[in-house]
Amino acid sequence: MTTTQSTEVPTKAAIPPAASTAVRVQNAVIKYGFIFVTVALFLYFALSEGSFRESATLLDTLRYVSVAAILGLGVTLTMAVGGMDMSVGAVAGLGVSVAAHTMVVLNQIGTVAILAVIAAGALAGLLNALLIVVLKIPDMLATLGTMFVIQGAKLILVDGQSITPGMTRSDGTTAPGRFTDGFLRIDRGTVLGIPISVLVFGALTVVAWVFLARTRWGRVLYAIGANPEAARLAGIRVGAYRALAYVLSGVLASIGGLILASRIGQGDVSAGTSQLLEAVAVALVGTSVLGRGRPNVWGTALGAVLIGIITTGLTIKGLPYYTQDVVEGAVLILALVFSFTLSKRRTA
Amino acid sequence: MSPIEPSALESTPAVSLRDVGKSFGGKTVLASVSLDIAPGSVVALLGANGAGKSTLIKILSGVHPDHSGQVRVAGELAALQSPLAARQLGIQTVHQRIGEGIVPGLTVAENLVFEELAQQRGNPFLGGRRLLTRAREIQAALGLDWSDAVLRGDVTELGVSDRQLLILARALATRPRLLILDEPTSALSAAEAQRLFTLVERMRDDGIAVLYVSHRLGEIDALADRLVVLRDGRLTEDQAKPFDWDAALRAMLAQAQEATTARPVREGEPGEAHGNVALSLRGVRLFDGRAPLDLDLRAGEVTGVVGLLGAGKTELARGLFGAEPFTSGAVELDGKPYAPRRPGDAIRAGVHLVPEDRHADALVPGWSLAQNISLPFLKSLSRLGLVDTAKENALGRDIIGALGVVARDEHSTVEELSGGNQQKVVVGRWLAETPRVLILDEPFRGVDIGARRDIGRRARALAAEGAAVLVLSADVDEVLEVADRVVVLAAGEVHLDACGEDAQRDRVIQTISASV
Repeated sequence: MTTTQSTEVPTKAAIPPAASTAVRVQNAVIKYGFIFVTVALFLYFALSEGSFRESATLLDTLRYVSVAAILGLGVTLTMAVGGMDMSVGAVAGLGVSVAAHTMVVLNQIGTVAILAVIAAGALAGLLNALLIVVLKIPDMLATLGTMFVIQGAKLILVDGQSITPGMTRSDGTTAPGRFTDGFLRIDRGTVLGIPISVLVFGALTVVAWVFLARTRWGRVLYAIGANPEAARLAGIRVGAYRALAYVLSGVLASIGGLILASRIGQGDVSAGTSQLLEAVAVALVGTSVLGRGRPNVWGTALGAVLIGIITTGLTIKGLPYYTQDVVEGAVLILALVFSFTLSKRRTA
Repeated sequence: MSPIEPSALESTPAVSLRDVGKSFGGKTVLASVSLDIAPGSVVALLGANGAGKSTLIKILSGVHPDHSGQVRVAGELAALQSPLAARQLGIQTVHQRIGEGIVPGLTVAENLVFEELAQQRGNPFLGGRRLLTRAREIQAALGLDWSDAVLRGDVTELGVSDRQLLILARALATRPRLLILDEPTSALSAAEAQRLFTLVERMRDDGIAVLYVSHRLGEIDALADRLVVLRDGRLTEDQAKPFDWDAALRAMLAQAQEATTARPVREGEPGEAHGNVALSLRGVRLFDGRAPLDLDLRAGEVTGVVGLLGAGKTELARGLFGAEPFTSGAVELDGKPYAPRRPGDAIRAGVHLVPEDRHADALVPGWSLAQNISLPFLKSLSRLGLVDTAKENALGRDIIGALGVVARDEHSTVEELSGGNQQKVVVGRWLAETPRVLILDEPFRGVDIGARRDIGRRARALAAEGAAVLVLSADVDEVLEVADRVVVLAAGEVHLDACGEDAQRDRVIQTISASV
């Protein structure tokens, strides 16, 4: 019975006391710290490495992070409802295989492949929704399970081998189709000098931002994440909205898969696996941006850009590619310090 | 724990409180409580929700070391700095939620010796045969006779009452001076409760002081030597056996006379049937195995439902709102069948609920007042799905103004507000679209008197506009202050349904006390 009372905020807090300089500095660090780090790193690389300044490098950086960023948008949606989607990497990988299978084995055009991949992503999202919403399995565990199932299903689809144009199939016939030129343009083509994959990333970011931050559906997703029982008692069908978040996450992951397929140009069986941690990292970095402590679309996009700047910059600096994981992990931990340790201290 | 010396039994209280108080951020929850608990006695502690019972228990069990006043244990000044310190001083608490004392995944024996396992000084290699031996000793303290197979089994294989006994045995094994039992029978059947009473009586005979917290007056009547009543953080009643139940209930449920003679929010002739029946319940069962309930709520009228904890108030509210649909009976809203399967159905039909616990069930933490207010009716504030924030903020300002919410502006977060103002926001949310039926479940809990008046006035204004308003509360005076008609609920059944002159305070209290 005292729980209500002890969580109540005292009346006198209605008028916040004048913040001391130290507190204000700390608040500024929490709020703008990550943006500052991003800009500072960008300036450092740009000033010290001539090749970093070239627009081609910058666009390549964005092109490189677009897949993780789009997957991260899906993770952001599921985090908004208080969940987590660990299957995004696997769904993207499934998308690569479905795209390759549709075009190379079934000899279909790129448009059909795109529709098939997105349908596969939506189905994967529905499977997650079924496990989490209907069967009440904790989100993290359910999507971990579907991650393995989807990776396995993908192998069955491609008989355990990468699909390449002209390859010999298990029944001795030669695969009739190939990756269409139009499909390959998704990652390799440009419009007004900007890679199509970067444009897709930008467009999806804007759409996701409008959806989450400006529509009532987005508002409802956040309400569910912050207090599901309050949302239910406000008349919201919590289960349906949580399902929606996972289906949208699946669709976004499959779009990431399309870009990946176009980039690789074949049905690589291992595609997508490395994208999971990057996507989750990007979304978690995003929660610490602007000190909001909650998943948000611009934060996720900025997190992706930051990770892109760091990896590209360090590659140009000559750091071996295999150190990349350590660097990305360190960035993630730093972001977690921002969003948990520091902001907790502020509210305490 | 050293055995209690016989000489101490007569003179020194086992535990003695002097001016003990506690406040949370400026809000006093417990004010200057003084109480002596004699060894070998059972003292019953009564109080409505929010009266301060839990806080008092937490102070005694070392959860709130920053309380004011003094606590003496066996005559010695005691610092209850931590739960461990309280236990070492001989104060053992058995909490209401049995789950909190049980560690699933460990065996029954491991749970029995858990406190010794958890202590750093204990033998780290207490296992196997030695553990079983110790577990047998502990269960013997309570006269339990579980076989080795039971002791080796997982604790989750035990039934609820056996788990309760396990915790009791563990508490008794330390030979406490004071044993605090917080609603110990809430999960027990009558026969199991009887077994517990026998044990409590034996503890008393052994010289242990027992502080018995319960809302079941029958148990207290049978078991306690003395009863004390907490209300709004103060001890308002102290009786030795035989108990005067009317006085005890009055102390527990009713405010001091002078506070209630003025009923500022009630105007006009009470008791008249104001309008048509808005909501009619027929044969609704609030609890399995209880008689079905018939109830009519009239438009233009504030109906107050009074009842103790467990009377079925929240079940009634949540059933009408579709949050936990009724399993039997029929409800009609304005003459048409009404069976909401989820809150959304109720809201569309114009039935709104202000839930019992605003933090758990209503407020979205970190959100602004405007956002918290608009949540149920976002659809009407949106065009093509886009939330019209200008409209939303205007609605927020309207509600803030209409209910007199004390806040900087509609952008303030709910955490910046006092409890009473938070409650106004939760009530105000449901006024954005005029309800046909407004249900308020314990709307005045943790709410200051000014906010209570404001909310009450708003509820009456709503009724005057033609809505049916239902106020559910354990507090008789809160209900009398606002309601035209009073219904007394006990164990899911209606015991009194009275208007105006018939709804006198004494009569309501007598009905509650007779229904126990």
